[in-house]
Amino acid sequence: MNIQTQVLIIGGGATGTGLARDLALRGVTCMLVEKRDINAGASGGNHGLLHSGARYVASDREAARECREESEILKRLAPQCIESCGGLFVAVAGDEENYVADFADMCAASTVPARKIDIQTARELEPVLSDRLIAAYEVEDGAVDPFMLSLDNLAHALTLGSSARRNARVTSFDIVNRSIRSVRVLDENTGGEFIVEPELVVNAAGAWAGHVAALAGAHIEVLYSMGTLLITQDRLAGRVINRLRKASDADILVPGGTVSVLGTTSVRVDDPDHYRPTVAEADRIIDDARAMIPVLETSRYIRAYAGVRPLVSRGGGGDDRNVSRGFSLIDHTSDQIDNFVTITGGKLTTYRLMAEKTADLVCSKIGVTAPCLTRTEPIPASDMGMWTEPGKAPRSWVEKRNEDDLVLCECEMVSRSAINDILNNMQNMHGRSVLKGIGLRSRVGKGPCQGGFCGLRVTGHLYDTGHVKGERGIAELKAFTERRWRGMVPVLWGAPAMQAELQEALYCGTLDLELHPVTLNTDKGEDK
Amino acid sequence: MSREIHSCDLMVIGSGFAGMAAALFAAQNGLKTAQAGSTGGIDFSTGFIDLMAVHPVSEGTVWDNPFEAIRAVSRDCPDHPYARLSEDEIRTGLDAFISFLGSHDIPYTGDPDANVRIVTSAGTVKPTWRVPASAWNGVLALREKAPTLLVDFHGLKGFSAAQIRENCAPVWPGLKSVRLPFPASRGELYPEHMAWAVSDPRNQEALAASVAGHDTDAEYIGFPGVLGLLAPMRVVKRLEEMTGKKIFEIPTMPPCIAGSRLRGAFDRGFPDLAVTTFTQKMVRQAVRLKNGIFEFTVGTGHGATTVRAKNAILASGRFFGKGLTADRQRIRETVFDLPVTQPENRTLWHREHFLDPRGHAVNSAGLSVDESFRPVDENGIPMYNNLYAAGAILAGQDWMRMKCGAGLAIATAYRAVQEIVSKN
Repeated sequence: MNIQTQVLIIGGGATGTGLARDLALRGVTCMLVEKRDINAGASGGNHGLLHSGARYVASDREAARECREESEILKRLAPQCIESCGGLFVAVAGDEENYVADFADMCAASTVPARKIDIQTARELEPVLSDRLIAAYEVEDGAVDPFMLSLDNLAHALTLGSSARRNARVTSFDIVNRSIRSVRVLDENTGGEFIVEPELVVNAAGAWAGHVAALAGAHIEVLYSMGTLLITQDRLAGRVINRLRKASDADILVPGGTVSVLGTTSVRVDDPDHYRPTVAEADRIIDDARAMIPVLETSRYIRAYAGVRPLVSRGGGGDDRNVSRGFSLIDHTSDQIDNFVTITGGKLTTYRLMAEKTADLVCSKIGVTAPCLTRTEPIPASDMGMWTEPGKAPRSWVEKRNEDDLVLCECEMVSRSAINDILNNMQNMHGRSVLKGIGLRSRVGKGPCQGGFCGLRVTGHLYDTGHVKGERGIAELKAFTERRWRGMVPVLWGAPAMQAELQEALYCGTLDLELHPVTLNTDKGEDK
Repeated sequence: MSREIHSCDLMVIGSGFAGMAAALFAAQNGLKTAQAGSTGGIDFSTGFIDLMAVHPVSEGTVWDNPFEAIRAVSRDCPDHPYARLSEDEIRTGLDAFISFLGSHDIPYTGDPDANVRIVTSAGTVKPTWRVPASAWNGVLALREKAPTLLVDFHGLKGFSAAQIRENCAPVWPGLKSVRLPFPASRGELYPEHMAWAVSDPRNQEALAASVAGHDTDAEYIGFPGVLGLLAPMRVVKRLEEMTGKKIFEIPTMPPCIAGSRLRGAFDRGFPDLAVTTFTQKMVRQAVRLKNGIFEFTVGTGHGATTVRAKNAILASGRFFGKGLTADRQRIRETVFDLPVTQPENRTLWHREHFLDPRGHAVNSAGLSVDESFRPVDENGIPMYNNLYAAGAILAGQDWMRMKCGAGLAIATAYRAVQEIVSKN
């Protein structure tokens, strides 16, 4: 039987999940389909930086102001997802002095608060800063957990009556008289299909927005820019540290709980499904950023990761609303489809605003007059998102210490009971990798062992609880390991080289997993 | 304060399989031997002694006869350390090593000239050369596809009998599993504590009683590898008497008790052989005096000792053993800063896929040696006429993929010691 819904949202990143919640709060029921998993694209592959706006004061004053407003709203309404750690902008000897001199005025013009502090104070606040600093400003940056944010948004939408299907890929649109009548969706795990009959379709597929639009016969020119980031083993600074210069590569260090995230780069890639962080980029990031933070040369890195930003060359076409240059909201009426909208581009910090603008357009098209509530309505903390928080698992383990509980992930102190909580919350896996799902929803695999030990232990637990049978668990473990490996290769020197050798000694030397022929072939697209 | 100076014929740097074997063979040959090293490969061993099983790794070809595999790899990969060894040396070295372990309560079993197949804690089946006698019934049970009950315990993580059962089902349908409480314990259990507990006859009785009644048709019962800390066969025999079943162990996830048992055997055996051991101490500095004698600083601070040695064997392992270290630019040897044969740059170290059958180039990096197992420079000239290398630090091998770790370590250590003995 075909599924009827008011709005079909394609894409489960920050924008898609934020839109599902926005519409649900207006009384519009949605179905969200995501071809992989929540935040599998750029929404998960970024710094986790809640921009104060100061980074954009020179390049895009409007974006700067939006960031300032949106970061204030999020700090108020989703405190569980945010660490209001504050930030610094610092310049080092050799950085362009005109930019430094104009910075305060540019911030004032964009209403972005920035307070000049002396270099001594800056180095007391953050001792990792170079002794070659020439200027420092304090700003209102924060750190955001993008996984928790999207999961909390989605959980709220679900409690309000919307639905979501992961690993569900749109394959075709049935268009009659300028209108999408039905959408065919492939369940990637079972190979089965289902058909959705929506009043309106929103394409929130991020870097894949061009692919989705093309399926409907619409054209969006999307270019792909890959950004690589490095995660340090320890948290190097309390605050976000930005290089006080024209936005460039390797100029931001963001705290993420117990670690720091350093990046990023911008490299054109041809295909959003085939990219990986490289040794050369990792070296380039460190070579550049150590001028600001010298200890980056000798720090231990846990892994590298990358995200692909969609760059849309057709911006704002067919829409006359107040759309920032940072994102593209496209009404495909101009492509002869009246009930199809694309939202793409933008920043994590302004995802709510993007969702609001999109929902406004959607509502005007389907005749809904309810106002947007996401400026005032808090995002409830959900069980779906809670275990992604660094430090949450150990705190909970200490608080609720049960003598019979076991710590399955020793690096990040994730207990068996926490894993069971996650398993209870993801019952509809439809044959998707349970281990990968746990990885996305918790700190499992994120510590120094990068899954080497906890991957094995969690796999054993999945067999014990009947979540996997036959050789399936080993196949999932191998896929999980390969996924972690992608991010390890660029940073394998020093202690991580030792850790990697230990893991290979265990997986290959001891367990012969490389000789074990079984592989996961159902997770298309995600474990390539 | 003048530091204690210790003089010896041979300094063995490293306490993994290669270091232990080198110290053992040297002492047995009457060399005055010292040994230093911290936790190494032996602590992460499952107790299985691999000799050689897979070649070429890119094909994943598994050999039944390890000596045929050694001949093949020696022919195809002339830089492989096995290519410098005779079959006789390899057999003699391994026999001596295994016989020493047998005389210290860790008897080994295997087929005369064939690798055996054994089940791992992940449920995979792997080839190996010799297994501790306490694991041998597991080889037989798998071979016979015998009705077998596999036990695991509440509170012991990383060992799932259900996982092993599920993965072995296609080749071993008669394998069943049960999870039981461990005698007199609850909460999280650690293999070391369990092994101590099982050494107590009362707990052995409780264990035997708790398996009684579960799958009475089973001929064999398998346990996680925690059946006693020092002498597993005593516990195995006792459980066999009480249950009337054939008993075996499957090693738990490393670091496991099998590794502790090996280390324990050397800790007990070396004093009688007059090996001077600097346990958990690393060689911090190496200087070569004008007369060719090596002077080593072992340990740090007040606990540091100076060792003067006529010869040295570098058996310090790879990255995990700290024999090699890497920065962003290159791989270095840590004690003497010897030349390391390695790929041109870091982009070539690792492949895109962790489990790529061809293996990673970084794992074949290491020390190139001459016919006498002395590390050489770029021109093939020995760096020092009294410095030898053995084990995983050697270039041209990939022990993890070829399944030759322990065998290579023991056989190259044997050869290095023979070179020193024949000089004297």
